[in-house]
Amino acid sequence: MKTVKFLSTTIFATALIFSCSSDDDSTPEPVLEEEVITTMTITLTADGQGDVILQTQDLDGDGPDLPVVTVSGNLSPSTMYSGSIVLLNETEDPAENMTLEIAEEALEHQFFYTVGSGLNATTGYSDADDEGNPVGLYFDLVSGQESSGTITFTLRHEPNKNAAGVSDGDISNADGETDIEATFDVSIQ
Amino acid sequence: MREYALLILFFSSISTMSQNCDNTLSGRVTDIHNGELLVGVTLTIANTEQSVQTDFDGFFSFSKLCNDTYYIQVSHPYCLTKGYKVRVLGNTNKSFKLEHHIEELNQITIDGKAFKNKSKTVLESSINKDELERFSTGSLGNALNSLSGVSSLNTGNSVVKPIINGLHSSRVVIMNNGVRMEDQRWGVEHAPNIDINSAGNLTLIKGAAALQYSGDATGGIIIVEAPKIAVKDTVFGKTSISGISNGRGISINSRITKSNLNGWYTTIQGSLKRTGDTETPNYLLSNTGVFEKNTSIKFGFNRFDYGIEAYYSIFKNQLGILRASHLHGAQDQVRGISSPVPLIINDFSYNIDAPRQDVTHHLGRILGYKELGRRGKLSFQYDFQKNNRLEYDIRRGDDRDKASTDLELITHTIQSNFESNRSNTLHIKTGIIGRYQKNYPNPGTGIRRIIPDYTKYDLGAYAMFDTNINESLIMEIGGRFDYTHMNVYKFYRKSFWESRNYDTLLPEIVVEEVGTQILTQPKLNFYNSSATLGATYSLKENYNLFFNYSLASRAPNPSELFSEGLHHSSARVELGDLQFNSEVGHKFAITLQNSNENYSFAIQPYINTINNFIVIEPVDVQETIRGNFQVWEYRQTNAQLIGVDVDASYPINKKLKLNHQFSLVKGYDRSRNEPLINMPPANFKNEIVYKNSEYNNLRISLQSAYVFRQNEFPNNNFDVYIPQTESYELVDFSTPPDSYHLLNFNSSIDFKTSKKTTLTAGLEISNLLNTSYRNYLSRLRLYADDLGRNYLLTLKLNY
Repeated sequence: MKTVKFLSTTIFATALIFSCSSDDDSTPEPVLEEEVITTMTITLTADGQGDVILQTQDLDGDGPDLPVVTVSGNLSPSTMYSGSIVLLNETEDPAENMTLEIAEEALEHQFFYTVGSGLNATTGYSDADDEGNPVGLYFDLVSGQESSGTITFTLRHEPNKNAAGVSDGDISNADGETDIEATFDVSIQ
Repeated sequence: MREYALLILFFSSISTMSQNCDNTLSGRVTDIHNGELLVGVTLTIANTEQSVQTDFDGFFSFSKLCNDTYYIQVSHPYCLTKGYKVRVLGNTNKSFKLEHHIEELNQITIDGKAFKNKSKTVLESSINKDELERFSTGSLGNALNSLSGVSSLNTGNSVVKPIINGLHSSRVVIMNNGVRMEDQRWGVEHAPNIDINSAGNLTLIKGAAALQYSGDATGGIIIVEAPKIAVKDTVFGKTSISGISNGRGISINSRITKSNLNGWYTTIQGSLKRTGDTETPNYLLSNTGVFEKNTSIKFGFNRFDYGIEAYYSIFKNQLGILRASHLHGAQDQVRGISSPVPLIINDFSYNIDAPRQDVTHHLGRILGYKELGRRGKLSFQYDFQKNNRLEYDIRRGDDRDKASTDLELITHTIQSNFESNRSNTLHIKTGIIGRYQKNYPNPGTGIRRIIPDYTKYDLGAYAMFDTNINESLIMEIGGRFDYTHMNVYKFYRKSFWESRNYDTLLPEIVVEEVGTQILTQPKLNFYNSSATLGATYSLKENYNLFFNYSLASRAPNPSELFSEGLHHSSARVELGDLQFNSEVGHKFAITLQNSNENYSFAIQPYINTINNFIVIEPVDVQETIRGNFQVWEYRQTNAQLIGVDVDASYPINKKLKLNHQFSLVKGYDRSRNEPLINMPPANFKNEIVYKNSEYNNLRISLQSAYVFRQNEFPNNNFDVYIPQTESYELVDFSTPPDSYHLLNFNSSIDFKTSKKTTLTAGLEISNLLNTSYRNYLSRLRLYADDLGRNYLLTLKLNY
């Protein structure tokens, strides 16, 4: 029994020493996520027209806050717009331009534009990767008659660009993983 | 305690004080295994200190005894000491049988004895060395799966987590060579970091009755023990090599032991396994290769009354996760689930690419024990574990080859255990334990920590008593108390912190605000009590009835407390709650068992009621810039699991034997009145074994395993809008797959290659009919079928 007492004292004393030495721990550093895309800004420009800007911003990433989606104005009918996409990581200060990373890995990325049935508009790619397939950071949008509906922008990582219809912008065979998906309500007036 | 033991002894022998004292008691003592006469056995009559030894014919004799009942302790240096109650009426003849282990060392385990029962009132299931060797190319989970009441939660074929009576992960404690495994077992895709080839025996205790190991095993305890070592001057070992057809792999493992008559011994063991992509009957499962490397060394010095042992093992496992299972938001899930074949099928490869895991586990322990004569046995142990888990995801840019999860968990434990031999009828086990644990999540991953920085302190103490009330009744009672303190540094997203109202509830734990994040320092305390109460009653004709009640308390794990964000490997947002308290389980188990030469069976019904049971379930769909993700939130509820395990075997003749197994478990959330998720479906196994020991130990078996469809499940399906089709589509995570039936073939034969060496050749064919099936308990069932036929050819040399 003496031995038991001795051992138990030793154990509790050791535990105590452990617990004392822990108080001077320094606080851990925060992780600023590097790959996160918080903001997608799509600028549509046309000769003689004001720019139309579509933006989605989700500053807390997969946190509970919803993305803030804004559309700066209406599109004009029967107009050809040049579109460009800028991606930012605004959790960093200054914000990091993620578009460059996508452009660097153009072979592994592609944007798709899905025009909802209510909206009278067509889209087409105006850029290409090293293998001649589209990336979709730059595109054309031709508006039709007055109408309103949705347009969805989807960025796929590692899509199968050679599958049927994919290089023409058909997402259904594209596979890969979705990095961005955002839907905007747009009117042509 | 000592007084108590004496008191028991006193009362138990009070009846010996009587008259007419001129009788003799004589007889022989034999070995229970082979009936050999045992020489030098000491027999002592309790309370009189009258003591005799057996002679060269195993014969003993007491004289001058009264007509009364005596308690006699029968002991031998190489046997377990046993106590008997003997009624003396006139000159009486009585023989005793002892379990004799002359060739084997008194194994160093916490218990001090090799492979002995861990609990007196729960029927234990075990897998011995020969059976284990048939699983040498598999995992711990595969081997345990062969026991009734055990299923596994799988992520492909390489991550196999045991489920005991419907419970898994933090609710299952694994003791590896006397060390409680601290290998981040909270995650469903975290397999136990144990090399099956390092084990000599596996014991399963369903429920928390074995309090000497832990008080929080609401599911059960798995005890992995090293093989026994003979105490003589010898060198022996084995080497085996296996070819695996499904995965086109190879597995090698080897072990060598040197022991000396003076008590010194050393064992070195190593194993290596490499497989490539596995396949279903119809397609390849891309990126499912495995590369596993393990080694362990053990040395020690062992005498009957004292000993010391050191053990060190390194386990390193790299494994690929099915490429097609890596999907992002709900829209991607719709594609993955609805596709009849995996979305990505590449050519066969041995490469292990992202998504993949790379896990290293170090385990070291030093143990010493001392027999304190009649007082008992005292042991002291220190152990150390370091678990490093790296998980690699599909990433972009500079982070491409960087791990997305990098966790280092370090654990130090000291403990002391004492076992009393003072009384023959009362057996006492007691001990204290202290543990320090530190988790370090590397911030260099560039992804927010999935498990926060924490330090944890545990202090525990237990005592267990078992006593033979009479020859047919054993009672057991035990209690344990554990105190846990956690000191945590956790970064919360400000938006989450406020949405949970923590800013008004817990403002005092905020350390600082850093951009969009808040650093907090929660300090948590848990006080857990656990207990067990049981009885074993021996009925006539080899029938035994076991009854056990166990109370288990488990502190919430870091994942349940601190999850907050997207879990990439399951493509869902997981939210914990730092205000959780301990879950408390009450398990009642009854077992009726019979084992004789004509047949054997065990029926084990149980009911496990768990208050504050922590479940994770979907609550919402969250819209993010990356698409929609399902939100799963942990909550506490009252759960109940009811089930039965049945084992039966029946020898048709000396060479043919039938084995049967049936397991059923039903789990319910009693607060919401709905079934629990991931409950194993009922399953039925039937096996016929042919074994001929006269013909090179030829063994052939054919097993049929039928797994029913799980018909009770919570419906967690939800709809998601698909812009391309402008429609809502169902994301079906819940519906279980159909029932299935598999046939497995196994055979082996021994060849004596020399006087000291035996070569064993084995052929095993699993999924003999190449059946396509999906397993409800596999996380990858949504995206792909399970494995097709596999041929496994093994050559093993024992020397």
